[in-house]
Amino acid sequence: MIEIKNLHATVDGKEILKGIDLTIGPGEVHAIMGPNGSGKSTLSYVLAGRDGYEVTEGSVSFFGKDLLEMEPEERAAAGLFLAFQYPVEIPGVANTTFLKSALNAIRKKRGEPELDAMQFLKLVREKTKALSMTDEMLKRAVNVGFSGGEKKRNETLQMAVLQPKFAILDETDSGLDIDALKIVAEGVNALRSPERSMLVITHYQRLLDYIVPDHVHVLAFGKIQRSGGKELALELEKNGYAEFGVNEAA
Amino acid sequence: MAATTETVEQVRAVTEQKYKYGFTTDIESDVAPKGLNEDIVRFISAKKEEPEWLLEWRLKAFRAWLEMEEPRHWAKLSYPPIDFQDAHYYAAPKMKDRPKSLDEVDPELLKTYEKLGIPLREQEILAGVEGAEGKSPAIAVDAVFDSVSVATTFKAKLEEMGIIFCAISEAVHKCPELVQKYLGSVVPYTDNFYATLNCAVFTDGSFVYIPKGVRCPMELSTYFRINQANTGQFERTLIIADEGSYVSYLEGCTAPQRDENQLHAAVVELVALDDAQIKYSTVQNWYPGNADGVGGIYNFVTKRGACRGRNSKISWTQVETGSAITWKYPSCILQGDNSVGEFYSVAITNNFQQADTGTKMIHIGKNTRSTIVSKGISAGRAQQTYRGLVKILPKAEGARNHTQCDSLLIGDQCGAHTVPYIENRNRTARVEHEATTAKISEDQLFYCRQRGLSEEDAVSLIVNGFCKEVLKELPMEFAVEAQKLVGISLEGSVG
Amino acid sequence: MATTTLTKAPRGYDPAAATPFLEQFDRVRDGLPGGGLSWLNDLRAQGRARFAELGLPTVKNESWRYTNLRALDKLAFQPAAGTGEAVRFDVLPTVRADGATGPRLVFVDGRFRAELSSTAGLPAGVELLNLADALTRKPDLVAEHLGRIAAPDDQTLVALNTAFLADGPVLHVPRGVTVEETIELVFVSVGSEAQPTAFHPRGLIVAEADSRAVIVEHHVGLGSCTTLSNGVTEVFVGAGASVHHYKVQREHTDSFHLSHTAAKVAGKGVYDNFILTIGAKLSRNEVNSVLDGEEGDTHVSGAYMVRGGQHVDTTTFIDHAKPCCTSREVYKGVIDDQARAVFQGKIIVRPNAQKTDGYQQNRALLLSDTAEIDAKPELEIYADDVKCSHGATVGELDDDQLFYLRARGIDKDTARGLLIGAFLSEALEEIAEESVRDAFQSYVANWQNAR
Repeated sequence: MIEIKNLHATVDGKEILKGIDLTIGPGEVHAIMGPNGSGKSTLSYVLAGRDGYEVTEGSVSFFGKDLLEMEPEERAAAGLFLAFQYPVEIPGVANTTFLKSALNAIRKKRGEPELDAMQFLKLVREKTKALSMTDEMLKRAVNVGFSGGEKKRNETLQMAVLQPKFAILDETDSGLDIDALKIVAEGVNALRSPERSMLVITHYQRLLDYIVPDHVHVLAFGKIQRSGGKELALELEKNGYAEFGVNEAA
Repeated sequence: MAATTETVEQVRAVTEQKYKYGFTTDIESDVAPKGLNEDIVRFISAKKEEPEWLLEWRLKAFRAWLEMEEPRHWAKLSYPPIDFQDAHYYAAPKMKDRPKSLDEVDPELLKTYEKLGIPLREQEILAGVEGAEGKSPAIAVDAVFDSVSVATTFKAKLEEMGIIFCAISEAVHKCPELVQKYLGSVVPYTDNFYATLNCAVFTDGSFVYIPKGVRCPMELSTYFRINQANTGQFERTLIIADEGSYVSYLEGCTAPQRDENQLHAAVVELVALDDAQIKYSTVQNWYPGNADGVGGIYNFVTKRGACRGRNSKISWTQVETGSAITWKYPSCILQGDNSVGEFYSVAITNNFQQADTGTKMIHIGKNTRSTIVSKGISAGRAQQTYRGLVKILPKAEGARNHTQCDSLLIGDQCGAHTVPYIENRNRTARVEHEATTAKISEDQLFYCRQRGLSEEDAVSLIVNGFCKEVLKELPMEFAVEAQKLVGISLEGSVG
Repeated sequence: MATTTLTKAPRGYDPAAATPFLEQFDRVRDGLPGGGLSWLNDLRAQGRARFAELGLPTVKNESWRYTNLRALDKLAFQPAAGTGEAVRFDVLPTVRADGATGPRLVFVDGRFRAELSSTAGLPAGVELLNLADALTRKPDLVAEHLGRIAAPDDQTLVALNTAFLADGPVLHVPRGVTVEETIELVFVSVGSEAQPTAFHPRGLIVAEADSRAVIVEHHVGLGSCTTLSNGVTEVFVGAGASVHHYKVQREHTDSFHLSHTAAKVAGKGVYDNFILTIGAKLSRNEVNSVLDGEEGDTHVSGAYMVRGGQHVDTTTFIDHAKPCCTSREVYKGVIDDQARAVFQGKIIVRPNAQKTDGYQQNRALLLSDTAEIDAKPELEIYADDVKCSHGATVGELDDDQLFYLRARGIDKDTARGLLIGAFLSEALEEIAEESVRDAFQSYVANWQNAR
């Protein structure tokens, strides 16, 4: 469903991605592991279409279409979802208002009927319960005053409501204690299906205990250095990234 | 005196004969000839069959106006000279009789209010209001088209409670003692260039009187529309809330698109006596001119409320999205001890719009409090200025003011300016002013777009969030329209 | 009838007020230093013409709405007559430790006093001299810079200063040179018993690229004669240079102190200005800092404390003309008795000055029932990618703090004194130079002790 070929990208004129090749099929969960500065977040931003991340070479095809040609919102409508490492605060905009606007924008682009307030509220209430979120959190402004854990749960809720075909989880485990991590992982696992693929980006193996990947890739110096099964993650946990020429003191 | 009476008689004769002294076919269509002089002032007064004292007051104002200078030197506005002789100062829609009901009024007015009911329900559901379905708001409406009040609804029901809600031209006859006592008591006829002009030539507007202890059961609303070309609109609103009463008043404005600029110079006076409260909300959507800055309304408005009584409260809420030029400072004179003034404002300027708007809070009484929240959004090539005065007089023991002024810029061709004036002469008073200027962050925009929102919708959403603190002060009937306006006003500002 | 005068004079000025000054100027013109320099004569002529056109500002002038100069009109100031001979070295103020010496220029009633001045301790190449001498010894340096930032044909008081300009400090720091010693500039007002005296000191500070200097200005008065000091200082901050410019004004309360400082900061330069105002009957400090190169930084801060019938006006203008600059402004003041304080602070961000970061804070405490503060902080912004904020608070001491101290057994007056001291100390924290901060702190303490 997504096919990344020889992807090169620069940020502020500096090359960060230096030829990424990655193919993810339907229902597959891939993990990308790598040290700080390896290009993990750059990859997620390039795929989501953020300004300032310039693709200099290579291609990305998403369900047979050229992903790189699409605007960020078109990618979202096509089924790409990015769970942000640092979810953004939008003061004054209620979570429900935000989510309803997003869902209806996507439905409209897909030619599906928009949901009215009642239908939407019913849907979102179902999903919040599963993530142990309260109604009160829905009324608050988007991510404003949320704890780290609440922000990540909120990202997962959005994913559950928007039902993407391909989700990128960018360092979803960062800033979470073990209980919060479990809740978020459960939410993510509940969304696993034969039609939905995921790309889990993480520094640590810990998250992969809860979201078990089908494939693991090691990203360093802007390239995928090695690919393997879930056992690769355990190996990395033990030996660190030294094998790839990365020196991570402390 | 005799001479004046004679002139009035002459003018009356002229209007009845419909032909004399240059008042030609224009009069047949109920439009006064272009230009401004004492005869026009007398003409307007005669048309309204006004008492002598009112004509005298108008003439005093007119003579004062001739000596006044247009206030161009301090406001951050630039516009070509206005030829005050090149406008009509009186225009009335052709009607044999006043319409009996709203059905006879411009259907556009009705459509506007119809629109409000539907999304309202949805909004309430989202906000978690129980049993929101099937609830329809009751609004009493006074509609002012060009210069004349054409219809006032729910009159009978209000009259039962002793509430007077009618055209000010009607009030002059119906309750002259109230009008004479309060008209010009908050904004005197010498106040400023535009207000003084209004005193001389105002044609109509709304009048509200809420008797002692009465809580007005519904929103009172005036809907202003400029239809006639080359017409200035000078309406005058007077609201008196007697002891212990409460009223919420809404004002909406629209004008058709025209290439030439039109002048709107209104005066609004509010008087709140002991323990009375007035909530005044405006959604101003006059024609702003086209994307190249051609046409649009020049909006020079004087709005002022006097908290005369102890524990009285006046609250201004405004959403300013229209007009080519806005010059407007809804103010509160906090005279009564413990009185409260509030100013909540959202101003959006796009394309070539210019707005210089803000408020004045004059603290005179003890323990008077005021709150100012101003949200300015500037896009395109627009220039916007917040200008506000907080003045604490020596006797205002324990006075408090808090001002929050935030500006948002969209695009690098526009300007956003903040000019607060703080004058404090009482040491026990505390005044706090905060202002920030920023732009919509790339992070916010990208986050919204990643979730599927178009850039324009994302901007509208973020801006609505930015304005939330003010929009929540609007009565529900206006809030939804205001939110939509925010989006519409910013169309074409990104991308 | 009003309309006829309006078409003639610009709004908010009183051209008639110029007359006595112009008459004096025409009398002293030939005796002014540098009379042989045609460019200087032109400059003075421009200043004279502009001042003749405008005269003194009135309260109808938006920039002068809170400060009335009518008193100047009545006093008929005369040029300084060269009195004040009796000023002795040991009474001169300094931020240095007791007995320590260092570079210093002294001006009495606007005229340089060589016998009280010294250039000891300056690195080679650094020029520190008075303007009258500089016109002969360094005419090119002066010609290149004088009147370039503070234009002779713009603001009326600058124009007045330019017409009369005769003497003042000149500092030139060459490229890459750091002046370790603090440079002190001492201005003493003495005046004359016979008539009110006016002088117009003119300063010039040129810091070339990557240089550094710390300058402290002392303004003091001796005796109690009525004086008017109408100073202008131009400060050129080269690329990567840093100029720390501190000033304390402690003139007696029969003096009028008007001052205009105009700085222009090149890329990555730093201009740091702090003004402590304690004295004068009426004072107005205008500080204009133009960030004229990318990544420049300016601090414009200060503190004031006034009592009796004093009037203090601080009017600042920070101009973000280029992208990626930062500015910071913190002003605090205490107003007692019938004194009145004015704070007008404007930040402008020009089109394309993206990534501007501007911060302004202004706080005032009123200590009496008859004190007054008028504040007008102002933002004018024409670029969208900026972060600008200003805050202003005026009022009394914090009740909670006061109660907290009293609950711990401190009596009300002592508690108030402590809080006022803390309030002012906070403002002095903006001074980066420790020796200067300490000296200024002692001036603040003296003021408080006298309450």
